[in-house]
Order: sequence, then C-alpha cells, then structure tokens
Amino acid sequence: MKSSINSILLFLILGAWSLQSCKPKNVGNLISADAATKTYVAPGKYDEFYNLVSGGFSGQMSVYGLPSGRLFRVIPVFSVDPEKGYGYSEETKPMLNTSHGFIPWDDLHHTELSQTNGEVDGRWIFGNANNTPRVARIDLSSFKTAEIIELPNSAGNHSSPFITENTEYVVAGTRFSVPPDNKNGDVPINTYKENFKGYISFISVKKETGEMDLAFQIECPGVNFDLSHAGKGKSHGWFFFSCYNTEQANTLLEVNASQRDKDFIMAVNWKKAEEYIKAGKAKRMPAKYAHNKYNEKTHTATSEMKSEVLVLDAKALKEICYFIPCPKSPHGCDVDPTGEFIVGSGKLAALIPVFSFDKMIKAIAQKQFDGDYEGIPVIKYEAALYGEVKKPGLGPLHTEFDGKGNAFTTFFVSSEVVKWNIKDLKVVDRVPTYYSVGHLCIPGGDSKKPNAKYLIAYNKITKDRYLPTGPELAQSAQLYDISGEKMQMILDFPTIGEPHYAQAISADLLKNKQIKFYKIEENTNKYVTKGEAEARVVREGNVVHVYMTSIRSHFAPDNIEGIKLGDEVYIHVTNLEQDWDVPHGFAIKGARNAELLIMPGETQTMKWVPERVGIFPMYCTDFCSALHQEMQGYIRVSPKNSRVPISFSLGTNMPLAKK
Amino acid sequence: MKIYFTILALSLGILSCGGSENQTSTTDAEVKTEVENPENPSYDPKRGSGKFTKVDIDPAIDLVMVKKGKSNFDLKCGSCHRLSSERLVGPGWKGVTSRRAPEWIMNFITNTDEMINKDPQVQAQLEICLVRMPNQNLSDADARSLYEFMRQNDAKK
Repeated sequence: MKSSINSILLFLILGAWSLQSCKPKNVGNLISADAATKTYVAPGKYDEFYNLVSGGFSGQMSVYGLPSGRLFRVIPVFSVDPEKGYGYSEETKPMLNTSHGFIPWDDLHHTELSQTNGEVDGRWIFGNANNTPRVARIDLSSFKTAEIIELPNSAGNHSSPFITENTEYVVAGTRFSVPPDNKNGDVPINTYKENFKGYISFISVKKETGEMDLAFQIECPGVNFDLSHAGKGKSHGWFFFSCYNTEQANTLLEVNASQRDKDFIMAVNWKKAEEYIKAGKAKRMPAKYAHNKYNEKTHTATSEMKSEVLVLDAKALKEICYFIPCPKSPHGCDVDPTGEFIVGSGKLAALIPVFSFDKMIKAIAQKQFDGDYEGIPVIKYEAALYGEVKKPGLGPLHTEFDGKGNAFTTFFVSSEVVKWNIKDLKVVDRVPTYYSVGHLCIPGGDSKKPNAKYLIAYNKITKDRYLPTGPELAQSAQLYDISGEKMQMILDFPTIGEPHYAQAISADLLKNKQIKFYKIEENTNKYVTKGEAEARVVREGNVVHVYMTSIRSHFAPDNIEGIKLGDEVYIHVTNLEQDWDVPHGFAIKGARNAELLIMPGETQTMKWVPERVGIFPMYCTDFCSALHQEMQGYIRVSPKNSRVPISFSLGTNMPLAKK
Repeated sequence: MKIYFTILALSLGILSCGGSENQTSTTDAEVKTEVENPENPSYDPKRGSGKFTKVDIDPAIDLVMVKKGKSNFDLKCGSCHRLSSERLVGPGWKGVTSRRAPEWIMNFITNTDEMINKDPQVQAQLEICLVRMPNQNLSDADARSLYEFMRQNDAKK
C-alpha cells in the first residue's frame, strides 16, 4: 500500500517535472542565459542598428533599434497619420495624390536602402505601395517621406522597390497583370490571355538629389510578378523577377495558378533595354500618373500629373527578357553577395533551386532554350541551374546572405529559418520561428557587404507569444544572433501593421547626420510668419488666412475675432523655435481635421471650416515647457451676416474698464 | 538570477562611468539631473560660460549691426522679450547691457542650455519665468549684432 502511494507520488513528481520541462521547450531550449545581455541596451545608451521595417497594411514604415527591439518612430508614407498631421495639413496633402485623386491608405510591403557600389550608403530608403502602385523615397536625414511616384499600367506593385547596385534604378513589377491604361479596359475578365499584360517599371534615381523619374517600362506577358532583386558585381546590368500564375488564371488562383510544375524567374537585361531606348526603339505611350515631391525649404509638397511613359515591348525587342523555369510558384528571388547565385524560392516546393549567372549567360549564348513563353525565350532549367538544396524545409519564401558563404532561407509552412552553404548546398543549421515566418533581414543581407551579426525574422502568426489582446494579436519579429556557427534566438519584439520585408543599417551611418531643426531664415513657405511682428489675420472674401507663430509657450495671435460662418480659414503656424526636440502641436475644437505637428522652423497649415457660431479654443498639443498648459487661445466665430471686424491680438485684449 | 545579476553588474558599470555624453538638455525635465551640482568653482558669473572670453566694444554704435540685430530680434527674440523693462515670457531688455557684460550676454545667447544649468542668476530668473530660454541657434555674428541692438536700445532715453 505504502509503496503504491510512494509510486503514485513519484509518478506525480515525475509528471510535474516533465510538465515543467515541457513548457520551456519553446523557450528554455532555445534561449541561452546570455540572451538578455545580448539584447539589453541600458537606459540612455544607443542601439547598434536601425531596423527599417515595412508596416504592411498600416501603409507606414517603422524604425526600431537593434538589438533592443525598441520602436523609435513610425514614418508616415502611404497612409495618413493624424498624429503628425500627415495627409491632413495643406502642405502634406499633395503627397497622397494619385491619378485616382487623394488616397488616404496603402499597403507597404518592402523597404530597400539606397546603395553605392553594392553597399548600403544611408542616404534614402524606398518603400512600395502595393494596392495603388507607387514607390516612395524616404530621406534618412529627416526620416520623412520626400517623394512618391505613381506607376501606370500596374496593379499590385509587389516586386518593388528593389534597386540596382548604385541606385541607378528602383524597380516595380506588377503583381496583377491588367489591360494597359491606354487600352480599353472594359473587357470580359476571362479574356486575360488576350488583353492582360504585365508591366515592369524602371524608376531612375538622381545621384545627388534622389529625385525619381519613371525612366521606362517593359511590357511583358500577363503573369503575376512577385519579387525581385538586382544582379550585382558580375551580374550588375541584370534584374531578376519571380513570376507565378504562368497559367494565366483569372479566377481561383489558389488552385488554377498552381497547376504547372514550374513557373519562372524572369531575367531582365536592363543595359540592353537602355540600348534600345538610345536607339529610339521605345514607344511613348499616353499614361496618367502622379509625381509628388516634398520641398524641405517651402515645407510644402507638390503633386504633378504626368502624361506619358516610355514603353519597350519585350516580345518584339529581343534579348531584354528571358525566362528561367523555377519550381512551383516562386516567391523570393534573391541574389548572393557575389552576384553569381540567384536563389528562387518556390513557395510550394520542397527544394530550393540555385541558379548560376555564368551558366545562364552561357545558356543564352548557346541558345539552350526550351522554346518560348508568349514570345520570350525559356532557358533550359538544367542549363541555368547550379544545384538544388534538397529537403531544406517546407514552403521556402525568402533568402538573405551573411557574406561568409551562407544563405538563410525562411520557411513559412515549417516555421523555421534554415542556414545553408551556397557552394555545397548543404543545410548547416536550422532554428524555429514563432510562427509562420515570412521575410527575414540581415543588415546589408541583400547587398554586396552584409554585416551579419543579427538576423530578424518577421512572422505572420504570433498566436501565444504575447499577452492576448482580443481577436487581433500583436504582429511580431524575432531576433537571432548569427555571429556564430549556430543561430541563437535572443528576442521577440512586436511590430506595427504586418511586417513584410525590412532592412537594417549600422547606426553610425545615420545618427550623426540627422536634421535637428529647420533654419527659420531658410523657410520659404508661401505663408511663413518670420517673427511675431508679422503675425496677422487677412481676409480675402470668404477665405481667411491666419499667419500665426508658436514659441514656448504662446501662439501669436492668440485672440482672433471676426471669423464668420461660411468662411474657409487657413491657419498657417510657423514654429519659431530653433532647437532640437521642440515641435509645437496645434488643434482647434470641433475642426474636422487632424492636429498640426510643426517642427522647429517649419510652417504647417490647417484648413478649418467653422460650422457653428461660438468661441473655439485652440491649444498646443505637444508638451513644450512648464507653461505648456498655458499655450492656448480663442477664436470667435460669428454668424454669416455679422459685422464683427477681423481683429487679432496677443496679450492686449483686456476687459473693458467699467465706467 | 544569474542573468539579473549580470544585468545589474553591467548597468552599474555603465552608471559608474557616468557617461551622459548623449545628452543635450533642452527640456525642463532634464534640468534637475544637472542642476544637482551647485558648486561650479570654475564658473565665472561675470563672463558666463561659452566661447566668448573677451569682446571688444567700440564706443560708437555700429548701425549696420544694429539693423541686423533688429531683424534677428524680430524673428527669434521678440516673441518673449520686450524692449522695455517689462517682463513678457522673459525679462525686458531695457538696461541689460548695464546689468551684464557683453561676454555674458553673447555666451548666454549662444550657449543657452549650459548657462541655464550653471549660472546662479539665470537659475533664480528661471524660478520666476519658469520657461527655459530656447537656444535659437544664433551664429557668433548674430549674437554680436544682437548685443549692438541691445546697446542702442539702452542708449535710447
């Protein structure tokens, strides 16, 4: 009896022990004791890297520190941001203009840092709008969106914004093929094969200013272009795009676009395309697309509508495009630091094909083709293949490199990152991710010179990793130390939106070149107020311009009367501060608009159409000094037929003395 | 436990190094940390702290500089200072050139944060005004011409 109790006790103890040992399996076995010291950045200390992460369906780009995973800033790019007045102030509204008009939202999937000689240079970072095709350039000295260009003939700008090794071009391949914009689009959807085309855009980037221009487009057969990467080093001059739906299905793609055993990687010889343009072989086609630029002197964006684009026909103009067969709906299309190996990740495949640039060139020279697809030569699979990584995992998606001969590929279905050797194609190490990893990032991991200390996995599912918050859970990234032979998970950190691709850059390249404030002397905003002496209110018919200044801690003027119903009021606030970290905010009760957030030396404008008679308080929203709570004022709104004259003041509008 | 100990040791190590090299104190909240060291034996309350050690002032007022100073006053100073002795956000400017040496004024204009943290009279003033004077990023020449503008203002009867 006693022994049986003992054995029950023993069983319970063992059971409890095994339960305990079970639970940390996710954590304990993976997290070594030094993970905390590796990711701990003490208060007041800086991180080693900036991590610039796509915000997915938030439309924005977020900035984290590595290794801490701390969020520093969300840069508004393709979506309005009431917190910063982006898309609400008169100055920023034109940034979100398109050929369809003002659009308040998009879906930003990929970020790409500018490069010089194949190395990240810290000048700009590009982002793509997936829904209404656009590419944005963000200036890394202001962390603000400097420019957005729309892409005609495109839909679902997914294989973007990847760049060539000197940032000569940013590319954008259309995910959805559609009828070109200048053709009649009113066609039956099931005429995809005849009427739908796939356009690849090459956006040139000016070396000094970064200014973008849609240099040319290549009209390709109608398929889905998915991802892309430029050649580098020896393969500089080429661009590689993964394509799926070579079945050209227009419905139930889940089944109908997964029929063929192989889809393609499309190799594009863009130097050849440039030759054709020089020879006058490109056609000017009518197109309508917006080009929006933010000027840091006027603090104002302008939107220009363009009307034509140069188009090259890939079918008629030989030797620009070639298809390389690639198993099972390839997604990631990544080029190793030497430029020799092109890794295609068939998301439904159980192997990773690695193509050789040298072999591809040889195959083209020797015309080792398997016929053509819609007039584009198809290179024989084996003729371009370097080899296959066998059984690496399930659902390969994306690959980055460490510059030491290793590739790191994410596996969505088997939720892991696999490290493999590029030369012998053998798996070296694998680590789990939680869960269903999509993209990954190694600082400089798609450049010629990776800085391979960390790897970040961006996950699609987080399930049980964080405290639950109702039906919608935290989005998440995971940080791995990859400085050794074995990868080591050291941190989870939540992200905004749904993170897709991201890039990381050494903090040393950015931290010392940050703009601290805008010089008020250089402010050429049309409605700037240079000093309180110039503060005023001007009526022009039913339009009222308020020239207002802000400084710690008052607005000038702060009492305004004579505004009437039916007026359109433009309040131009100039922040007179000339020091770092002193923005002022501005808000008016009842204004159907967002706040303004005005950086030192900037002018920003709020449009306000009063809809009621009464007194409307206004105040500074960004805590600025000990007397911030005193930074407020009043605007009086009178009826339409009122005779109250325009008046404005600061500190002088005192009660009338009693007689 | 081991991990916590390591972190503690690490942070102690960092703290004892006392590295505040990343700080440029601009907001009110940051004042306290640096003001806690009231003794500044090296601090010269007549000259202040900054790059100006000796400024030569010509007896005659330079009207070109006065003009430049006035435009800087309008753009960057007039929001908070009156030319009379009346206090607005900060003290009125009337008489400032007789109260303070030119070096002190020009150092305060160009090296504002350090002076607010170190100068006993500025700290006393801060208790009255409660708003830290912003650093308006004036050049050395701007500071000099502002001083000239102050002189002219004080010369007026």
